[in-house]
Amino acid sequence: MAILVDKNTRLLVQGITGREGEFHSLQMIEYGTQVVAGVTPGKGGGQACDGQVPVFDTVAEAVAETGANASVVYVPARFAADAILEATDAGIQLIVCITEGIPTQDMVLVRAYLDQKEARLVGPNCPGLLSPGQAKVGIMPGHIATTGSVGVVSRSGTLTYEVVYALTARGIGQTTCVGIGGDPIIGTTFIDVLSLFEDDPLTEQVVLIGEIGGSDEERAARFIAERMSKPVTAFVAGRTAPPGKRMGHAGAIIQGGTGTAEEKIAAFEAVGVRVAEHPEQIADLVAQG
Amino acid sequence: MKLHEYQSKRLFAVHGVPIPRGDVATTAQGAGRIAEEMRGPVVVKSQVLVGGRGKAGGIRLAQTPAEAVEMAEAILSLEIKGLPVRKVLVDEAADIQTEIYLGIVVDRANRRAVMMASSEGGVEIEEVARTKPDAIKKVSIDPFLGLRGYQTLGLAKGIGLTEEHTRAFGRIAQGLYKAFQAYDASLAEINPLVVTGDGKLLAVDGKMVIDDNGLFRHPDLAEMRDVDEETPTEQQAREAGLSYVQLEGEIGCMVNGAGLAMATMDIIKHFGGAPANFLDIGGGAKAERVATALRLILEDPNVRAVLFNVFGGITRCDEVAKGILTAFEEVKPTVPLVARLVGTNEAEGRELLNQSEYRLVTATTLAEAAQKAVAAARGELSA
Repeated sequence: MAILVDKNTRLLVQGITGREGEFHSLQMIEYGTQVVAGVTPGKGGGQACDGQVPVFDTVAEAVAETGANASVVYVPARFAADAILEATDAGIQLIVCITEGIPTQDMVLVRAYLDQKEARLVGPNCPGLLSPGQAKVGIMPGHIATTGSVGVVSRSGTLTYEVVYALTARGIGQTTCVGIGGDPIIGTTFIDVLSLFEDDPLTEQVVLIGEIGGSDEERAARFIAERMSKPVTAFVAGRTAPPGKRMGHAGAIIQGGTGTAEEKIAAFEAVGVRVAEHPEQIADLVAQG
Repeated sequence: MKLHEYQSKRLFAVHGVPIPRGDVATTAQGAGRIAEEMRGPVVVKSQVLVGGRGKAGGIRLAQTPAEAVEMAEAILSLEIKGLPVRKVLVDEAADIQTEIYLGIVVDRANRRAVMMASSEGGVEIEEVARTKPDAIKKVSIDPFLGLRGYQTLGLAKGIGLTEEHTRAFGRIAQGLYKAFQAYDASLAEINPLVVTGDGKLLAVDGKMVIDDNGLFRHPDLAEMRDVDEETPTEQQAREAGLSYVQLEGEIGCMVNGAGLAMATMDIIKHFGGAPANFLDIGGGAKAERVATALRLILEDPNVRAVLFNVFGGITRCDEVAKGILTAFEEVKPTVPLVARLVGTNEAEGRELLNQSEYRLVTATTLAEAAQKAVAAARGELSA
């Protein structure tokens, strides 16, 4: 078992003929993901990924022809909001948006629209999902992960790889690795993913990787205290970040004295979540059970 | 991107928010001419992108044009929190009876814009939130419905405005929300919004922060960027597509990914060092961008050692190594260098670095890399 994506996922790639889209589609296929369709307006009727994937003009056509049930979005930032809405209206249930740099006000509208629908959005500005041995959706390097019983959820990209790599090196495998993204407005939060891991019978422990900015970690800590029976190990990046400066991610900024690493770490420790001092120490803590 | 007070107020005015008469000058004489046109007392205000201008002597009242010249001269020679004052705004002085606060931000928890009003105007809203949280009234704005009349009325009553001012307040609130939306702002603020002696509402000070991700829709605003807000290094980094923040430590860091870059800074601190910068070379960085990044790091005189931490995914370790070697051709590093390259094409990357005339210290784990960088910065480690 895994959460969100597995070997039955029928994936559609929006922006499949772009440089990033095609490169990562090939990697996803190589990993064993069922990539059933691609969408690029104006390129319908063609093929992508060395003739392995049919391309359609619209998501609705792709869904009707191929039965795709999940989508991954690689289209440029200025068109990404439209791509997410199109997938939503075509009945796609899981939309994973990799695109970085979508204007926040576009995401306010997208999120408000999605709140009225069934579809789940992961991201934007995220590395996607990886269920080891089953499917990878997005850009995580597949070889760093291995099957096992730890669920990983993170706001970061390469920091997630670092942690997953350290877990794998210690012989600790994962059920699913979920990158929720570093933007201020995202589709799926820590709490949503924690809840899925709590309900997943194969997930025995959870690793949560947070960073400065916002209060999602604090809300996650409350959720863990109230609802989670499985042990959680956390790491929060940005202890040394100065206030008022944006640390790369649009969401990673300490503003008005809130969103600091200290507050987040204190919130986790207060509810019995173990907090690692540095990324590789996460594996040590998880190994303790 | 932050906008200056005068830029923000002009954009608010486009959407119907009343602002004082005034203009901007870069010289004391220019300020005097504006003061003459105003025919009365004026306020001379430094235009720098930091808070606390008043306390620093950057905002002063002048009764006559001659006084305005004198004050502009003094203000234009100031440096406020490290930023030189290059412009002053000369506004007609308002007859202030009461000061209120009105602002809009994107509320992450709520995932929508929230409008805040407070009877405690003229004070930073964060300060009010700490000391008198009950004084702040908020309404959440549904993006499909917009800001509704009942909401602005509720805010007006909530902060104790009397009947005669509620309509004007409502119009200003609508104008502020329109400006917020029209310019892809992440913050739009009027502080203070004042009630004048003749019973009018006037936006005496304004502030707007534009979402950098939305700037492609506003090329006119992008041109307004004040490069003084950034250090020259930060400016070069932004132009090269790098995310760079200068810090005060002695270990330069070059990392791919924002989260990993922060974690790298943290682990340096954990092992007793201090990071000289935050630097994210971004995903899929090519050799040229890496070279720019290394040049920027080595230009910082505080840097005693450099740590490269690259976890290859989209980014290829051999591309990073090429960039490092390119930079070495121009900037001869005189400090020890510690490299940890893991992931996509790591073997090729290490091979390239081994060919360099500069000996790099290598490390396998992040902890090992950080410990070596800390030791190297103290001169306790040689390649």
